[in-house]
This record gives sequence, C-alpha cells and structure tokens, in this order.
Amino acid sequence: MPYIPLTGPEKRGLLREIGVSSLDDLIRAIPSALRGPEMSLPEGMSEPEVQRLVRDLGALNTSGLDFLSFLGAGSYDHFIPSAVQEVISRQEFSTAYTPYQPEASQGTLQAIFEYQSLMAELTGLAASNASHYDGATSLAEAALVALRHTERPKILIARSVHPHHREVIRTYLAESTCRVEEFGFTAGGGFDRQSLAAKLDADTAGVIFQTPNFFGIVEDLAGIADQVHANKSLLILSGHPASFALFRSPGEWGADIAAGEGQPLGMPVSFGGPYLGYFVTTQALLRRMPGRIAGATEDADGKRAFCLTLQAREQHIRRERAGSNICSNQALCALAACAYMTFLGRQGMREVAELNLDRATYLREKIAGIKGFEVAVSQPIFNEFVVKSPVPFAQIEKKLAAERIFPGVALETYYPELRNRFLVCATETKTREDIDRFAEALAKC
Amino acid sequence: MLISRDDRLSFEKSNPGRRCVTMPKERLAKASVPAGLARRDPLLFPELAELDAIRHFINLSRKNFSVDTHFYPLGSCTMKYNPKINEWAARREKFAALHPLQKPETVQGMMRMLAELEDGLREITGMDRFTLQPAAGAHGELTGLMLVRAYHASRGDSKRMKVLVPDSSHGTNPATAALVGYRVIEVKSNARGRVDLESLKAVLDDHVACLMLTNPNTLGVFEENILEIARLVHEKGGLLYYDGANLNPLLGIARPGDMGFDIVHVNLHKTFSTPHGGGGPGAGPVGVKKHLVPFMPYPLVEKKGDGVQWAPKPQRSIGRVKSFHGNIGVLLRAYVYLKMIGRDGLLRVSEGAILNANYLREKLRTVFPVAVDEPCLHEFVLSLKQAAAKGVHAGDVGKRLLDFGFHAPTVHFPLVVSEALMIEPTETESRETMDLFIEAMKRIAFEIETEPAKVKNAPYTLPVRRPNDVLAARKPILTYRDLLREEAVAAEARVG
Amino acid sequence: MNFPENLRYTRTHEWIALTGNKGKVGVTEYAQKEISDVVFVELARKGHAVAQGKAASVVESVKAAFDIYAPLAGVISDFNQALESNPGLVNQDPYGAGWLFELEVTDPSALNTLMTAAQYAEFIQSGAGH
Repeated sequence: MPYIPLTGPEKRGLLREIGVSSLDDLIRAIPSALRGPEMSLPEGMSEPEVQRLVRDLGALNTSGLDFLSFLGAGSYDHFIPSAVQEVISRQEFSTAYTPYQPEASQGTLQAIFEYQSLMAELTGLAASNASHYDGATSLAEAALVALRHTERPKILIARSVHPHHREVIRTYLAESTCRVEEFGFTAGGGFDRQSLAAKLDADTAGVIFQTPNFFGIVEDLAGIADQVHANKSLLILSGHPASFALFRSPGEWGADIAAGEGQPLGMPVSFGGPYLGYFVTTQALLRRMPGRIAGATEDADGKRAFCLTLQAREQHIRRERAGSNICSNQALCALAACAYMTFLGRQGMREVAELNLDRATYLREKIAGIKGFEVAVSQPIFNEFVVKSPVPFAQIEKKLAAERIFPGVALETYYPELRNRFLVCATETKTREDIDRFAEALAKC
Repeated sequence: MLISRDDRLSFEKSNPGRRCVTMPKERLAKASVPAGLARRDPLLFPELAELDAIRHFINLSRKNFSVDTHFYPLGSCTMKYNPKINEWAARREKFAALHPLQKPETVQGMMRMLAELEDGLREITGMDRFTLQPAAGAHGELTGLMLVRAYHASRGDSKRMKVLVPDSSHGTNPATAALVGYRVIEVKSNARGRVDLESLKAVLDDHVACLMLTNPNTLGVFEENILEIARLVHEKGGLLYYDGANLNPLLGIARPGDMGFDIVHVNLHKTFSTPHGGGGPGAGPVGVKKHLVPFMPYPLVEKKGDGVQWAPKPQRSIGRVKSFHGNIGVLLRAYVYLKMIGRDGLLRVSEGAILNANYLREKLRTVFPVAVDEPCLHEFVLSLKQAAAKGVHAGDVGKRLLDFGFHAPTVHFPLVVSEALMIEPTETESRETMDLFIEAMKRIAFEIETEPAKVKNAPYTLPVRRPNDVLAARKPILTYRDLLREEAVAAEARVG
Repeated sequence: MNFPENLRYTRTHEWIALTGNKGKVGVTEYAQKEISDVVFVELARKGHAVAQGKAASVVESVKAAFDIYAPLAGVISDFNQALESNPGLVNQDPYGAGWLFELEVTDPSALNTLMTAAQYAEFIQSGAGH
C-alpha cells in the first residue's frame, strides 16, 4: 500500500506490543451496526496509472495556453517569475504546519512578516494580516469589522464591486440583524456619487468600493474618504493589487481597510483557487483585524525572532467571543505573493503595472477602431474594460473559439441590463501579435 | 555551518538598482495615468539580485520543521505524508492554467475530476451531496452552520437559537456558531471523555438548532453513544453537525452519515493528504443529507449525459461562500490521493493510524498518564499534571522535543485535560520513527525529574530560542516600517 | 497576598473603591497573577451603562482573554488611558496605577452585596475562586 510503511509481520508485532490480538479489539467503542459500510469506490491504482489518468483528464481541458485568453473578471493571467514556483515548491515551506511553534517555524514566520510588510507598502496602510481565503471572504470579514467597530447595522457596497464578492458578503450577513445595500454606477461605469450620497446614512457601518472596479475602471475617489468619515463610517477598498503600484493606493485614498483578491501576485488562475485574500488596515483598527498575524520580537537571548501575535483575538482563545472563526491563512499563497513581490522588486512591480495599462490601452484602441464595437476610450483603466458588441456575445464566443481565442466574460450574466457587453482583459502576458490577432478576429464577427 | 546566519529581512538586504526579473521593454500604446489618480508614495520594495533573493528564501525554508524533514505528532492535525504525485498533478498547466470563468465544455477534465471527488467523499462519509467550495475546515463549519440556520428558517422555526458543543471541542466550533448568531452552550464530558448523556439531556430542548461533534473526539475516543445522541437531538428537532477533523481513523470502518449526522465537513489537508503549506491553503468540503440539499451553496457539479455541468442553483441556496469554485488545486491533490488509495486502501489507512496511535499510547502511558486510559483511535492525550508540580508545563515538553528533532505535539488542548499533550502519529510513520520519539519522551521525563530547568528553557538547538511573545503582543511590530521606527526610537534613546 | 481593607471585592476578582457614587474598578492581585503578563486591555467605553456582573472590559494575556465584570450597576464615567500604552501596569500595580475604569454607581448601597477584604481572602483561601 502506498505511503504506509506497516508490513504484515510488523502489524502483528504492533498488536503484540499493544497487547491485543486484532484491530477489532481497538475499535470496540464503535457500535457494530456502524462497522464495515458498503462503499462503491474503485480500487486503488499505481502511480504510473494515476499519472496517466491525470494526463488523460488534462487532455480534456483547454487551457489558457492552448487558447489565447482575454479572460479576467477577478482572476488574472500574469507572468510568474520561475523562481516563485521554486520557492513555494520547497517542502520545508509546503509541508510545514501552522507556525504555532515559532522556534521551529522561523522560515514561515519571517516570510509572513515580509508578506505583511510588502502588502502594507503596496496598499499604503499600516498593518496587514497573514491573508484570508480569497478576496470575497476577506471583504466579508472587512464588512464584519465595520459592523462591529461602528455598532451600526448596514453595509453599503458599490454595484461595481465583483459580483461574487458582493454575493459572499450577502451570504455572510444573511439572516443577521445587519443588512447590505448597494449603490449604483453611471452609464460610464464609474460609481454613482448621487446614489452613494442618497444611501449613506446614520446606519451605515462601512462603504465598500473596488478600484479598478469590476468594469476595469479606475475610480476617482476624491473626497470620498472625507464624506464617509464625516458620516462616521469606515471606508473599505478592494481592487487589483498590482494596480496600486501605479495608481493611488487604498491608503492614499484614505481607506480604513484594504481587502481584496491577491491572486494576481504570483498565483496561477487555477480554475479559481487557491488564491489569497489580502487584508490590510490602519493602526487604529489593528486590534479588530481578524486572522493570523506575525510579529517581530526578541528571543530569550535578545536575538530578533518572529512569532504569531495578538492571538487573544482568535478563536482558539476566545472561542464563542472571537470576532471571526478563521483559524488558518493561505500561507503558501502568501509565500508565493511574498516571493513574487520580492523577485519583481521595486522596479519590476511598477513595470508590471505599466505593462498592464499599456497592453489594455492598446487593445482598447484596436477594438475602438472596429466597426460596430464600442468602448469608452476616455475612461481611466488598468488592465480590462467593457466592450459593447453589435452582436450577441454568445455568437462572438463561438466564432472566436474557432480561432482559438477566449474573448472575455459576458456581463449580462451578472448585470441583466448590460446586454451585448463583455469584459476583456489584457495583461503583460499579451504581445502586440496576440492583440492584433484578437482584434482581427473580432472584426470578422 | 548548516543554517545561514544572515537573518536579515529581504528589505535589509536591498540595494538600490538591483533587480531579478526583467520585463518587456516595448510599449504598444501611449498610456498615462491621470495626475489625480497616480500613486504618490514611493514603493519601498526590496531590490535584490536573483541569486540573493533565491538564497534568502531557501535559507528561510531551512529554518522550518516540516513533514518532509521531521515527525509531527500533532494531535487533531493529521500530519501525514503529502505524496509527491499530488504536487506533480497540481502543477500541470492543463489544470493550473484554466480560467475559472471558462465554459464547462472547455474544462471537462476538470469538471469530471470534481464530480468524481464528490462521489468519493459521498461514499466515504455516507452523505448525499457535497459542496467543494469551502476553503478550510473553519470555512466548512461556517457553511454548515449557515445551512443549519437556513434549514430551520425555512420551516418557520425561529426559536432555535442555541448550538451545543462539547467542552472538548475545537475552538472553531463555538466561534463559528457565534459568528452565525447562535448562543453557544457547552456540554460536559464524562470521566471517560465522552459526551455525558445526562448533561446533554439537561440542555436539549426545542431551542437547540444543532449539536456540533467531532467523532472520534479530541481525546481520541469514539463517542460510543453516538446513535443515542443522534436520536435525542433529532427527536427535539435539532440537527447534528460532524466536524471532520478526526475522520482519518474511520476511513472504511464507519461513516458519519450512518451515525445520523446531517452535515459534515472534511478537512482534505488532514485526511486526504494535501500539504498544510505552513497554515493553508486547505479545503473543507461540506456534505449534507437529502433534506439539506435545497439550501446548499453553489456552484455544484452535476453529471449530465457524458459530461459534467454546473448544476442549477438550489432553490433556497444560502448563496456563494467563496469566489468561483473552491480551492481547486487542493481538491485536485485530494482526488489524486483518493485514486491512489482506493477502496481497499482506505481500511489500511485507518488501521495504520489506529495501530500507530495505540502503540505510542501503550509505550508512553507508563511515562506520563493518559487522560482516557483505554484503546484510542487516531490520537490520545497525555496529562502532564504531575510534571507541573516541578514547574514544567506541557508546552515546555513540546519545546524540548524540538531539540530532539521532533515537532511538538498539540499542547494545552483539549481544554478538559489539564497540561494536555495530544499525540497523533498518523499511518505514514514507521515504527522506527515512533521508537525514536518514545526514547525522546522518556529522556525528557527523566530530565523533568533531574534537571527541570533544562526542559523549562528549551529549545537550545534551533535558529532561535523562545520568542518573547509578551513583548510581541504589547508592542506589535508587524512590518518592516514598524521595525525601522522601533530601531530609530531605540537609537534615539541611546543617544539621549 | 495583599487585599486592601478599603476595597470591596467580587467573586470574579474585581475590586471597587467607592467614593460617593463614583467607584474605581480594577482586578485583584490574585487575578493579576492568574492572568499573568497583561498584553492588552480593551478599555471600557465612557457613557456605557452596565448592569452588575456584566462584562465591561477585557484584559488579555498572550494566551487568554478575560472579561472584567462591573462589580455594581452603573455608567462608565472614565477609564485608565495609561493602560493603552502600558498594559503591564495591571500586573505591577493592580490597586493603583493599574486601575481599569470608573463607574458612576446607580445604587451605592449595593456595595454591601460585595465581599470585604477579609471575606475575599477567605474566599481565595478556600479555593472557591478557581
């Protein structure tokens, strides 16, 4: 049997040492009525057979390498330095447990500390946790922090925030005494200031924006922090983290919490996970921050050392009084993000952001030149934008499949009123030839 | 010297102008950032050459214990071997390079994998349907309790505000129940570490929404009255939730579904061999019985003809609990493990886990007293109450074990045992490894008698000694900038 | 262990010093030792009304969090700002600089329901406080 060292003779030896004659003697507490269930499962396979099976299954998939993909919408195909994969493949990282024993986990702890430092730097805020499950759950935790901190019952969220993220927040708050309201966006796709003003009230605990928003538009949040803070609510910002290297960071906008999807920082699209949720906040809200946090301190000899800290907030201590039930982070993903940001470094991080803006802008210009297609060329974008097509999107998708291209994501799925509109994304992975080919194929639709 | 002495942060190794990767130079458009939207603050990221950066991370990795380098007898964590074929599979671009919003027709291999994994989990646990979305055990619990809430609400049964948890439960159980808005009521354990039936009856009424149970429980023993417990809870209209943290010793032997549980979560990073990653990512799929299917989160997979599709959203779904479809990379690893093990292997896994735990228990019970002195399943708990008289606590023994090259067991948990040391060897450890561990434990027991200070101040041979966690919590230093500020203050104090 | 005569005590190890209707509240030396190194105090909020025996503040050590209960019903009128930067005061000087909050007591006569120093010492001695 794979992975189990126990041989037949050894088994008998163990039983003898234990002082019983069979396994049955050890599981007497299990009622006999429950024992030996019928299970319809295939027998185990050998490793070569399983490798073959996985390859065969893989062959049934069309990946973003088989096709030219312009899919984004919350999951982005970015270049990942080869070194990142090497780092996260180190078994000393990947097969380690949660760093509850700091002396035996300085590698993981220092990496988390560096991840926290990098995220704080990128978002322009003071303190980061060690990560959440993903962007959606991180935003939901941010909403919970706002509700608890202000002791108010309402979360106000822009409709231009990722639909999945909005849904998860609703799931988390369903049937509680709290409620979620949304404010709209204008015809141009940016958030609607009037709609926000109408709904920002004395019940509002927190206001959530995404920038760049789900439509790819970089929001102008001038004056928003003042407006939200004057109302004694918290400002929560989400958005593509690499964009913060080029555009104003959440901290620069005056946000109290930055929470969102960290996948673009070195994680492959992987059909949706594992990713990581970043969560960064101000000094003032530090003690309200859920999740794991690494801190620097000294060891018994006065040497710098790292350990998990502020643990008295957490479930294993506070049990039912804890602010969140989370007891893990996406540590290996946080390591990937840490390595990604380190290998890109100061210059690389900015260049990646610039290249995204460049490729998306070029693609937008190309599509703007195609008869029948409409794009809003004056809107500030980062790496994706909305296209209005003269024909139903399904038709475009079908035609472009023949050209081995994934053209984008239909918006009608999430916004019934946005018919014939789709979201396209071009990251730094796209070349001039890729984009030209896409535009040519679209022109033929 | 084995471990690099260069303990600096990447930031402290930075040198302006250095870099690792280079990016394409060509620009295709004239794009600029509107002045009002541009970042103003400099980005103080480290600047390193690639060799220095790689060396930085590889040397960090060497300061870790891990399953691949050390034995981890961590109770309730099931630190079994993480097969390498899992990693091989997860790295395949035919899986890793799939976008989550691709049409199902273009990802049939992936969809089939998900459907088969669900089938496997259903068979193993005896449940009717699984969502693969939850990202961790605690996330599975949250999903499960939202299902409980939705189920009772759909019946207009709004008076159920209580969730029962045994006093030996994992901390996430009460935390989750409270998060979903329930009042948590603790149920006492009896002298043999099981739920005390009389205590249960005393708190069981028609205000109880659910009882959360780990079985075998955190003392490593099976709740032998489980069928009676299920009957009592169901009789009062409550639901039964199974915390799957300790499923490993039941594989192929007994199923939570047959015990009467309505909802279960399974920790794939425990029972199904996916690596812990230093604290995640994991996956905590949630299985339910038929009556709860209409409330399940979506998306769910469903076989249709030859293929696999996304199922229609269940009528009264609680909604999404996560973006997209779950921690797919973790699910794929668990699927590969299931294929390798198969039906025949499940019993070998549980048998190995039980035999190993009992072997350790038998050898250690004369060294330190066992909390519940009877055959255990996957784990057992030692009580170091007597050592505490010498001023040595369970945590100290854990620290001293590190010097012997063993990770500490779970310490000071469960809370019902004073000075608890919770030990779970798993089926993948050999007898030779366990014998070395037993030797170390005996040696430490001797040290407690002869030189307790040595145990109290351990470890001595690791990259650092015990970190001052009081200082860390009183004065949180959470980033490089905090560190710079702290150092500036210290420098000023010296000058002053 | 030191339990000053001029204070009254609760079974949950708080002390209160009442002057008129103002009562200063802290934890006892016994509690301070049980808690071990205090790393953070979640301060009571000014103007907050609390019933007798209800949680008014939280004291954290590295490994635990302890609710601090109001010895008498009242409204929180002040809290010890110094604990924000120096929570260790609770350990160093539990009856002085380590006080937690001040209470405007609704019914000062209820003080009689609390233990005297002698009664509290006996309570601790008997092991009932565990």
